Parts: sequence; structure tokens; C-alpha cells
Amino acid sequence: MNKKGSITVNGAKVPLAGEKNLLEVIRKAGINMPTFCYHSELSVAGACRLCIVEIEGRGIDTSCSTPPRDGMVIKTHTAKLRKMRKTLVQLLLANHDNSCTTCDKSMSCKLKDLASSLGVTEIPFKKTKEPRKPDMLSPSLLRYPDKCVLCGDCVRYCDEIQGVGAIDFAYRGEDVVVTPAFNKSLGQVDCINCGQCAAVCPTGAIIPRSEIKEVWDALADEDKTVVAQIAPAVRAAIGEIFGIPESSVTVGKIMNALKYIGFQEVYDTSFGADLTTMEECNEFLERKKAGQKGPMFTSCCPAWVKYAEQFHPELIPQLSSCMSPQGMVGSLGKKLLSKTLEKNEKDIIMVAIMPCTAKKFEKERPELSRNGVPNVDFVLTTQELGKMIKEAGIIFDELSPTAADLPFGLYSEAGLGFGSTQGVAEAVASYASRALNGKELSAFEPLAHKTYPAWKEVIINEGNLRLKIAIAAGMKDAEKLIKKVQAGEVEYDLVEIMACPGGCVAGGGQPVSYDEHILTKRKAALKNAGKVTPLHAPEENPYIQKIYEKMLGGKCGSHEAHELVHTTYQTRKRIEQDYLELTDVNHEAPVEVKVCVGTSCFLRGSQEILSNMKDKVDQEDWKDRIALKATFCSENCNYGPTVTVGDRKINKATIDSVVEEVENQLGIKHPVRAY
Amino acid sequence: MVTPSLTAEKLNNFSKVCEILDKFDRQPSKIIPILQAVQKEYRYLPEEIMTFVATSLGISPARVFGIATFYSHFSLEPKGKYVIKVCDGTACHVKGSSGLIDVIQRELKLSEKVHTTQDLLFTLETVSCLGACGLAPAVVINDKVYGQVTKSQMKELIDEYKAKED
Repeated sequence: MNKKGSITVNGAKVPLAGEKNLLEVIRKAGINMPTFCYHSELSVAGACRLCIVEIEGRGIDTSCSTPPRDGMVIKTHTAKLRKMRKTLVQLLLANHDNSCTTCDKSMSCKLKDLASSLGVTEIPFKKTKEPRKPDMLSPSLLRYPDKCVLCGDCVRYCDEIQGVGAIDFAYRGEDVVVTPAFNKSLGQVDCINCGQCAAVCPTGAIIPRSEIKEVWDALADEDKTVVAQIAPAVRAAIGEIFGIPESSVTVGKIMNALKYIGFQEVYDTSFGADLTTMEECNEFLERKKAGQKGPMFTSCCPAWVKYAEQFHPELIPQLSSCMSPQGMVGSLGKKLLSKTLEKNEKDIIMVAIMPCTAKKFEKERPELSRNGVPNVDFVLTTQELGKMIKEAGIIFDELSPTAADLPFGLYSEAGLGFGSTQGVAEAVASYASRALNGKELSAFEPLAHKTYPAWKEVIINEGNLRLKIAIAAGMKDAEKLIKKVQAGEVEYDLVEIMACPGGCVAGGGQPVSYDEHILTKRKAALKNAGKVTPLHAPEENPYIQKIYEKMLGGKCGSHEAHELVHTTYQTRKRIEQDYLELTDVNHEAPVEVKVCVGTSCFLRGSQEILSNMKDKVDQEDWKDRIALKATFCSENCNYGPTVTVGDRKINKATIDSVVEEVENQLGIKHPVRAY
Repeated sequence: MVTPSLTAEKLNNFSKVCEILDKFDRQPSKIIPILQAVQKEYRYLPEEIMTFVATSLGISPARVFGIATFYSHFSLEPKGKYVIKVCDGTACHVKGSSGLIDVIQRELKLSEKVHTTQDLLFTLETVSCLGACGLAPAVVINDKVYGQVTKSQMKELIDEYKAKED
């Protein structure tokens, strides 16, 4: 890194201050340099070639991948460069699905912007590719391969920040595509639905799935009572859609807009956050008292929950069993309304407005439904809410504020804090302090871990409260934390994990922004919103008290609370695929035997069971009666090896226990000699 | 896709996959030789095995898929027992390799889109240059090279290989 000297950009001297590449210097000099594939938090790809500059004595090079050196003389917008850039964009447009008027990303499309600012008025090249099918199976995200410009932003984000790698480049040359493994849908692979791929995508190639139509339909249905709940982080970003500063956005305006749109009741998810704080803190203290294995992990973030289910099934017992705030308001809201309105729960439609695409996945979890009726029916992102407000003809800026409906409309500053990283941890720690010490925490200041900057930590040692908390955001950083916790190198009581760096304010469903300071702005807006909140702590909320009395058995962690606002988790396969069939499988065979050969079960000897079982099938000539299959990581790593016989799952299986169960199911009785 | 005639071998092959992974110390950087060895066992790269390899190496299945589709050496579809490579480089092309391709396609009921016979006996591939231009047009069946092949010889060759299996 060069901290000394200067370079000359378009004739003006620009001093160097440790910039990593020429692009940063050029942008610092106030010159607008177009890019598709450059994001300061990701590695440099140099794929889009739009940031090319002329360097004296060196010719043309990409500024994103060139380190600045003292004395360099560069030009950024010569006739030659302008023409090259224009051609590059024209080439990208040749095979692009140019359906801008109907594209969801139209209002924030970088490709469209660039084409216009580079003066592209025609596409001189012919289409050479056959149209490809969009990927519509994920509940959270849709992919339109024909809109992809192959910048690789999504690929690098998913790999470098989230450590998931659900999508990557495949094939070669002009056939290159960005795709999930084996050309499957995002809905069939290890995607955690965080939606950050959609947030970095410069075009409409990956977008959040819209549920606007379904919500309008529900609103138009006279038999339904349609209810909205709105998450903390939404209010910190919705102003961006209308081009008004965050400071002039109040939640009251949003509530008014929702009423105008036609929602009968409007609630605030922050109420659910308050309830989460109390339930989670109680759960935490109970677990500690019972001497259960720590740390306890927060469970508000649905992307993290899916990540844990896929990659760390062994951590599932350590996840807080609390539903997310969205789930709590959904569950309680439907229950209470069905009682007061004397209506079936299926006729109450709960619409959650979230900064998040993973919440769309969460609402489909069977664990979050009652008698087959989901607690939350639809999830709209902040982007979708913006569109609905526009569609309804509302001039957002001119709306007067309206209060949210009670009881789920009143909330504390702590609950609102869930919208940003540290919020959950701070709320739980403060609540614990008041519960155990009878007074506020003196301070809550998370600091980066000294050896491992991937996460922040807070060590509280006040009165009766001894608490070590770790806070991580972004799954790659969170994974580092998990590894160190599991290796016993660090020890915590409570771990807060959010999949999106910055927390929910930076969620994948927020308005697409190319402003590099956007996170700071949104965090400030959320903080400001907290300042005008009348309540400081969740337990001060009279309506929380009332709900406890009326619905939750009068206290935290009651039987009723477990029924209504706690949930369970399931281990998940990373990739949906066929089982590996190891015998000549007769698909008509009455009994299916599936042996898990995932890493953990494999180490515990599943392979031996498999080969013994195969011998047994040959020996007994069970070919027509048994279908022997292998599955890659299934369901129960802690209790491996896992073998499923018919619909019975055998944990800690041995060849004897498997054979016994098979014989049992085949109705084989060992001959007993009796004359 | 599950191909019936291959399934019986799969268990033995599967232990081999574990051996292969161990042989390369389960190192992610050895992914290409690992996939090559796996392909040798199965004659192609089955989806489930790629997922297993990815999980074992700690890389994402999408990346393994990316690698497997980048190199034309890797096949994601089962290949036949005999792989017929017809050279279609400049010299062979001029000497009539396309006629040979026609004969093979007709004899084995293959097409532009179908490269492998249903009985998994033959796979037809065209290659750019085998470096045997003096033998043009050249054909390689598994590891055996045939030079200056005529259409009728090509048909005879196919019959010969078919006869081996009867």
C-alpha cells in the first residue's frame, strides 16, 4: 500500500493515502468510474473491464486491479476508452434479456443506468444464445440467467462473505453461466436465502421473489382479515425508495400507508422482539442453571438457522428455541384475532414486512404453523412495500403519522434494536442485568476479539451477572467463531449470529443501494427511531404484561409460551438429490433401507454396516424385498450411524439392529421348532 | 440419473472413492486429480459422488460442478465401455472424418445430441487433433489407434467390438 506520493489523474494531482487500487484513487478524485464487478468488501475480479484507464507508459489496464504508484499519470475518459466501454456494454446487451419495462430491477439496474450514461442507443450485435429457463423454485429468490452479465459479484459474495458457495460459474467460454450445483434451483441447494446475491447483482439476474400479487388478492378478499406487521429495520430504509431522507421517515407514516393500502390491523414486529428478549433471556438463564452445554445461539435470523441446520446439525440443541419476532407476532396475532373476531385462523392473513429474503423461507417452515395454517402467510420485503405504496397512489412524503394497533403495536427501544447487529445481544444482556442485579448495565460496548477480529465480544462482570457474549455477522466470520468455540479455544455463554454483515438493516430485501455509506445511514436512522420510543425496556411494556397474563401462562417459559412462541429445528440435507442406490434397486421393494454415509456417520462406521448389509441382501436373497440405498448426510449426526428402515430411524445403528428391524418389517420370524 | 447397469458396481466403487480421497489426503487443492480418479472408477462423474467429494473436501458442490463442467475431459453423463474418438482436426477433416462420424452415428443410432448407446457399450466423441495427422483420418477406440480409416473399415470395426460382447 502506497501512502506517500501522488498520481496524476486527468491532469490533476491526487495524493495517495493508502488506497488499494487505482479505482479508489480515481473515485476519491471525484471522477465517476463505472464498474459491475468491483465491491470493496469482495476480492478483485477484473471481469467487467469497465474501469479501464490509460496509464502513461503502460497502455490500457483495469484500474480495479492496478495498485497505485507514485508518479503514475493516468487518463480515465479519453475517446478511446469511452468507445471501448460503450462496446463492452453493447456486447453485454447483445444476449441480454432486454425486458426492462417489466423487470423487477428496472428502478435500480446498473446495466440500464450504464447503457444510458455511456450513450448506448443501439445494439449492433445479434443475439447468439437460446433463451434459458428462469429458476423459480426458491421461496426467497428468483434467478433469470438471461439477465446475467457474469460479473461474479453474487458468486464472490456467497463464497467470500457467507462461506456458503451456493452458486458458482459453470461451463466454459461462451457457455459460462452462474448456477447452483448441478443446474438445480436455489431452492434445492444449500442457499441460506440471505439475498445478498440479489443486493450485489447489478442487473435483475437474481431478485427477491415478489408476493405483492398474493397480498393484493388477499386484501381484495372480503372473507379475509388482512393484518400487517413491520420489522424494525424496514423504517430505516424505506425512505430511500421515495428519495426522502431517513430522518423524515417515521414508522407512523408507514402505518398510515399500510392502513391506506387496506390492512385492517397494523402491528410492529418490535413487539415480538421485546417478547423474544424476555423469553430468550429466561431460556438462557434456565439453561445455565441446568448446566446445559453452552453457548446458546440466537435464533432470530432465519438464514443463520438454515445454515446451522445444514452445516452444524450438532449445534441445533444449542439454538435458542424462541421463534423469531416475526414468528411470535404471527402466532400470537392470529390466535388473539381469531378469538376476538370469532374467525377461523385461516381467514386471518398475516403479512410480515421484512428487510429480509430469508423470512420468506422461514414462513414456509412447517414448524411455524398451527393445524396446517401458517403463522405468517406472506412476507413482503422493504422493496415490495415501496412498490405497493406507489401502486396504491400514495404520496408517501405527505402522509401524516398513525399509531400501530394494540396490543402488538407498542414496543421498547431495545426491541427496535433487533434491526441491527448487537441489538439482540444487548437487549438480552440488559434484561438479564435488570433481572439479576436490579439495575441497568453500566455499559455494553462490544469490541473486536483481540486475536480473531472476525467477531466482537462483550464481557460483563457486574453483581450477580457474569456473561461472555460473542457477536458475529456474515456467515464466514460466524463460521470462524463456531470453529473456535467447538475447538474450545474461546468460551462464551451467548452467541448472536446474523447472516447479513451489519444485521437486518443490511438485509437482502432492503432497497438496492449503491451508496457505500448506506449501512451507517441506516443504523443512524434506526437509532434515531429508538430515541423517540416511549419505552426503554421490554418489561416496561404494559401490553407485554397483558399478553403474558392472557395468553402465555403469566410467566416466561411457561407451557403456553412453549406452545405459542417456541419452535423446533430440523437437520437438513445440503443438496436435494437422489439417494445413491447400491444394489440393483427394485423400486417396488416393500422395505427401503437408507444408510447415512455422511462424514460423521462414516467415521462412526456406517460404511461397514453398508457392506455387511449388502452381503446380507445377497445371502438371504432379499433383492426383491429390500431397496438398499446410501444417503449423504442425513438427519442425526450426533446419534450416528443413522440407518432408516422403512419409516423407522435407527440411531447408533449396528448391523444387528438393522437386520433385526428389517426382519421385523419383512415379517420374518426365526423358526421356532415346535412339534 | 441412475443407470441400472452401473448400480451394482457402486458399492465397490464407493469404497474406492473413499480410498481416492484418502490417497490425496482430502486436500481441496487436489480436486482435479481426485475427480480424474473418480471418473476412472465410474466412467463419468455421478452427481451424488461429486456432492460427497465436495463435502469431504470442504468445498461447495457448486464449485465442484463448476470444475467438472469446465474441463471437457470430465463427463457428467455415463460413458460407454468403448469410447470412440474420431479426430476432426484439419487434416482428418479434409481426409473425410465427417463421413466416419456419419457411419458411426448411423450404425449405433447416435446423433448430435446422443453420444452414448443405450446399452452403454459405445460413446462417440470428436476431438480436435490427436497429433497423428499422418494417419488421417484417425480414430481411437479406448487406447487403440486406427489410422487411415475408411467408411467400410469403420463399420467393420464397430461390428468387431460388438462381437466381443456377444
